[in-house]
Amino acid sequence: MLQRDQVLHVARLARLELSEEEVERMAAELSKVLDHIEKIRELDLDGVPPTSHVVDVTAPLRADQPEPCLPHELTLASAPEPLEGGFGVPSPGASPA
Amino acid sequence: MTSLLELTAAQAAAAVRAGELDPRELFEAYRARAAGEELNAFTWVADAAPDLPPDPAAPLGGVPVAVKDLFCTEGVPSQAGSRILAGYRPPFSATVVERLHAGGAPLLGKTNQDEFAMGSSNENSGFGPVLNPWDRTRVPGGSSGGSAAAVAGGLAPWAIGTDTGGSIRQPAALCGIVGMKPTYGACSRYGMIAFASSLDQAGPLTRDVTDAALLLSQMVGHDRRDSTSVPFPEEIRLPTAEDLAGVRLGVPEELTGSEGGVEAGVRESFEATLRLAEGLGAEIEPCRLPHAPHALSAYYLIAPAEASANLARFDGVRYGLRVDGDAELITMYTRTRAAGFGAEVKRRIMLGTYALSSGYYEAYYGTALKVRTKISADFKAAFERFDFVVTPTSPWVAFALGAKTDDPLAMYLNDFCTVPMPLAGIPAISIPSGLSDGLPVGFQLAGPAFSENRLLDAALALERAIGFDGSGARG
Repeated sequence: MLQRDQVLHVARLARLELSEEEVERMAAELSKVLDHIEKIRELDLDGVPPTSHVVDVTAPLRADQPEPCLPHELTLASAPEPLEGGFGVPSPGASPA
Repeated sequence: MTSLLELTAAQAAAAVRAGELDPRELFEAYRARAAGEELNAFTWVADAAPDLPPDPAAPLGGVPVAVKDLFCTEGVPSQAGSRILAGYRPPFSATVVERLHAGGAPLLGKTNQDEFAMGSSNENSGFGPVLNPWDRTRVPGGSSGGSAAAVAGGLAPWAIGTDTGGSIRQPAALCGIVGMKPTYGACSRYGMIAFASSLDQAGPLTRDVTDAALLLSQMVGHDRRDSTSVPFPEEIRLPTAEDLAGVRLGVPEELTGSEGGVEAGVRESFEATLRLAEGLGAEIEPCRLPHAPHALSAYYLIAPAEASANLARFDGVRYGLRVDGDAELITMYTRTRAAGFGAEVKRRIMLGTYALSSGYYEAYYGTALKVRTKISADFKAAFERFDFVVTPTSPWVAFALGAKTDDPLAMYLNDFCTVPMPLAGIPAISIPSGLSDGLPVGFQLAGPAFSENRLLDAALALERAIGFDGSGARG
C-alpha cells in the first residue's frame, strides 16, 4: 500500500498539485494497480537484456544541413505569455516583490 | 444520397476517378452528417469543402478523412482530447496528415478521443464521452473512439487513429469496423501528440479491409522528421486473397483462455471464425506465448513511464492552459497541470513517475523492459511455426457508459489481448467477426514485423467469409 507521503513525494516530482481527496484516492488506486503489476517481479529474468528498440533496423540518417525552421512569431503564437520575443514565465524564486 | 453513404471509401475513390462522382458532393454529404452528429464523435468539423477540387488521379480520390484529435493539423484545433490544450491550433501538420492530404484525402474533421490516448472507453475525454452508434448507452471503446464511432456511424468514410496498447483495434472491435496497428516505425510519429513514444503508431480505422489497405498505403514510409520511422520494405497493395490455403494460424491459449476473462459471446464468435478460417484452408493449432499474461503489467509500467516524461511539456509556458500566472514558477506549473489534466492522465503520470523514481526504477521500469524482450521472443518463436497469431480483439463487447469508470484496473484489463503486439512492435488488425447480443465482436490477427500485406490478404479472405453487415449502425 502506497503511503500518503509517498504519493505527495511522487506528485512533487511530477509537478502535480493534488487535492486532499485526490491524494487518498491516488494512494488506493495506485496500490491496487501496483499489486497487479507486482507479479512480473516473480519472473526469472536473469540475463535477459532490456528492450531498447522493438524493430531490428538501423535508423536511417539524414545529412546534417541547416534549413529553415518555423517562423519565430508562429512558435510564440500559442504561448500564454509571449514576452519580448520569448516565452514569459513567472519568477522561479520567491514570490515577486 | 443514402446510396452515396453506402459506398465504401475505396468504391467512392474509384467512382471519383472514373468521373462518376463529384468529390465536392461527397465531401458535403459527409460534412453535413458530421456537423449534425449526436455521438460526440467529432471535436471539430470543416466548414466547407476545400476550395480546390482534389486531383482526380490521386489514389485516395478526394474521399474525406476524419483524423484523431491528437494529430497536429495546421490552424485546426488539435487538443489530444485534453482541456490543457483547449483551443490549441498548431502551426504545422503531422506528417501522416500531410501524406493523406497529398494522397487526395481532404480533412473532414477532428475526432474525439480519450485524453492523450489514455483510456479504453473514451470516457476520459476532456470534451465528453463518445457514444457507440450500435447502442448509445454504451462506450465506443478507446482511445480512438471518436474515429471508430464516426466510421461505424456513417459520419466519415474512413478515419485514422493511433494505437499504443490497443487504441485502434479495440474501438474498431467495439464499433464493428476494421482497425489496423502497423509495425512500429511504419508510419511517422511526427506531429502526433505523444503518449508513449516506443509504442505509439498511427493506423487506419475503416469500414472494410480494402479501405484499410488503401488508406495505409498512403500513410507509411520513412520521414526524416521521425528517426524511428523506417522505409516500408514494399508497397502496401490492395488485398486480393480469396482463401487461406496453407496459412498457419496459431491460437495462443494465454490470450484466449479463461485468464483474460473472455466472455461467452465473444468466445463463440471467435470459435466460429476459426471454423470459417479452417473452411478457407487455414491450418489452425494452439500455440504458446508464455509471457503474454504479463504483457499488461509491463505495458502499465512502460507506457505511463514514457507518458510521465512526454507530458512534462504541458506546463503553461509554450502553449495551452496557464493557471495562476502571478504565482511563483513551480506553483504555476503544478496548478496548471492540476487544472488541465483529467483523473486518468494524472493517475498515469503518477504511476509512471513512481516507476521511474529513484529506488524503484530497476524493480519496475527495468523489469518491464526485460519482460518486453521476453514477449518479443515469444512472438518470434511463434512465427517460426505460424503465419499469424489470432485472438479475440477485446474480451468483451461494448459495455455501458460508466460501468468501469470507478475501477481503473478493470478498465485496464480491456487491453489484455491487444497490448502484447505493440510491446513487440508487430502489426495487428481487428476485423468484425459478428454480433453478440446485437453488439459487434472483433477478431484479431497479428503477424511478424512488416507483414502488413499478408495480414491484409488474410483479413480480406476472412472478411468475405464472415460477411459482416455494419449497416445497422449507420442509421
